[in-house]
Amino acid sequence: MIKYLLQLADNALILGHRLGEWCGHAPEMELDIALTNVALDLTGQARSLYQRVAELEGLGKDEDDYAYLRDAWEFRNALLVEQPNGDFAHTLVRQFIFDAYNYHLHHALTQSKDEWLAGFAAKSLKEITYHLRFSSEWMLRLGDGTEVSHAKLQAAIDNLWTYAGELTTPNEIEKELASHGICPDLSQLKTAIEAKMAEVLAAANVTAPVGAWMQSGGKDGSHSEHLGFILAEMQFLQRAYPGLEW
Amino acid sequence: MFATLIKIRLHLQRNFCFLLQPYQIMTSVNLEAIFQSKIDDEVKIEPKDWMPDAYRKTLIRQISQHAHSEIVGMLPEGNWITRAPSLRRKLILLAKVQDEAGHGLYLYSAAETLGADRDELVQQLLTGKAKYSSIFNYPTLNWADIGAIGWLVDGAAITNQVMLTRTSYGPYARAMVRICKEESFHQRQGYELMMAMSFGSPEQKAMAQDALNRWWWPALMMFGPHDSESTHSDQASKWKIKRKSNDELRQNFVDVTVPQAEYLGLTVPDPDLRWNEERGHYDFGKINWDEFWNVVKGNGPCNRQRIQARTKAYEDGAWVREAAMAHAEKKEQRKLQPEAAVKAA
Amino acid sequence: MKKEWPLWEIFIRSKSGLNHKHVGSLHATDAEMALENARDLYTRRNEGVSIWVVESKHITASDPDDSDPLFEPARDKVYRHPTFYTVPDNVSHM
Repeated sequence: MIKYLLQLADNALILGHRLGEWCGHAPEMELDIALTNVALDLTGQARSLYQRVAELEGLGKDEDDYAYLRDAWEFRNALLVEQPNGDFAHTLVRQFIFDAYNYHLHHALTQSKDEWLAGFAAKSLKEITYHLRFSSEWMLRLGDGTEVSHAKLQAAIDNLWTYAGELTTPNEIEKELASHGICPDLSQLKTAIEAKMAEVLAAANVTAPVGAWMQSGGKDGSHSEHLGFILAEMQFLQRAYPGLEW
Repeated sequence: MFATLIKIRLHLQRNFCFLLQPYQIMTSVNLEAIFQSKIDDEVKIEPKDWMPDAYRKTLIRQISQHAHSEIVGMLPEGNWITRAPSLRRKLILLAKVQDEAGHGLYLYSAAETLGADRDELVQQLLTGKAKYSSIFNYPTLNWADIGAIGWLVDGAAITNQVMLTRTSYGPYARAMVRICKEESFHQRQGYELMMAMSFGSPEQKAMAQDALNRWWWPALMMFGPHDSESTHSDQASKWKIKRKSNDELRQNFVDVTVPQAEYLGLTVPDPDLRWNEERGHYDFGKINWDEFWNVVKGNGPCNRQRIQARTKAYEDGAWVREAAMAHAEKKEQRKLQPEAAVKAA
Repeated sequence: MKKEWPLWEIFIRSKSGLNHKHVGSLHATDAEMALENARDLYTRRNEGVSIWVVESKHITASDPDDSDPLFEPARDKVYRHPTFYTVPDNVSHM
């Protein structure tokens, strides 16, 4: 259970962190505010999840211990969310793939047999529903907009699609929890997630690579090279001056 | 009671309207007199009202500078978002920097009611034609800088902005009311951060002192040149755009901030600072105006980086903005001519 | 092609039972984006339950030079205000 919650929390934390990198640098000021809103939602979700983990573990740790004092191999986020921002098309495709998955996941989690998790999912679902709407609309804008934007969007899909599969392929933890009705069976969710993706991609007039190799490992702590740098930056103060209140 | 109020209002309105009778010949002198009498009577000027060209220009300049300052001001703090040392601090900082983007937008929106075009205003920023608050040309070097900016820079800004909520131009005043409401959290979070650092470990306290040392004087400079040197002050106060002088505002700021520094156990980096019983104010040392003008002219530690960062965002974002516009136009087109769109496809 | 996103005027209903009130403007390419931008910009602190967006070019404002013919005539009609009428204090519920 703890590992599963960390999976959810780390996804939210790392993606929120990446979005925070845009703050002050987005393509338009209105968009700056919108991206930061998503970052705030995700970081807030991560916080609740870490607090819950701390409570379940009962080792006297707090939320920051999980975010700031674990090394890369202890992080359980999917590879997708740690990928660099790249241009706006890459940020958007990363967001859209994640939102489509995250929406259906949280929708299903509202039925979790774990009462806390069901409550958390219900609350987060409102935020995630908006994220999906936002990223879907922007997929259309870039896909339909200009030749340049269409080409950039397609290139981002080609680059990032290899990280989509990990989200819908259950690892041992997810299989185990699904059998107890705590989390959904991902193989069943997969259809709905893929349908949503196909719908938006078609509307945006772009295509997903056929038969692409799907990378995996993030959920079990085997990451891309990017995560180490994220953590080096994020954890710097906590590591350089251990044990202080900030 | 209520009746009396209505009578007073009617009376005022009548008197005021008398000035606007159509049979009067509206010479510019006349218009200007009416305009000034509104200002003197504390009647807000609204977008479509007649106003002197110079008033319009002054406002566009001041409001857009203010907007640019908010947008450029996102950079020094944004610099620490990825390094914020706790989740709580990270959320606060994200929200704060986001607020600054919001404040920039409120202000551009106010400037646009005067007929300015946002894209042109942004161009003026990027080409160096328009200024922004010089304070943001200083670097953020340690985490306590985030606290110092909230406490000192936002503190100084609030002193100025509270005055601006009563400024004579309606849309500007309303934007400032909104901004001030939101800013009060900014200063508080800054001071809270400074408390955590000042009462923390020796290293943390050293960071706090270092931040105060670097931000104190630039914060005092934020109020602008001495009244005797300031070129815009007279007209701006006649028009009630600005309602207190630079030196008055600066003195207010010093008076409220020094005790706050004492509470933190930090030393204000000014050997001449002392309480003047007679004046009922703090006396403080000479401001280094050479430094001030030098930074204004573009030679601050970060002037180039700030404009480069904004230019990069603007240029890198061009294709995104164009795509969104093109999509909206195509969508509109498809709505108008569904058949043609089908044929074209 | 270089075109700025059009300007939209934003109206927010701060809670049920109140009118939508003009709060400012922003830029967006279409109505959907204007709504989303308005939500992000003007309701970050829970300020609203409903949003209207209108592209600025569609708003027609009265001309201040016309204020007299437009508004002056209403000023004389004091009999439209309840305070015009005297009702004895001991008559209640009126």
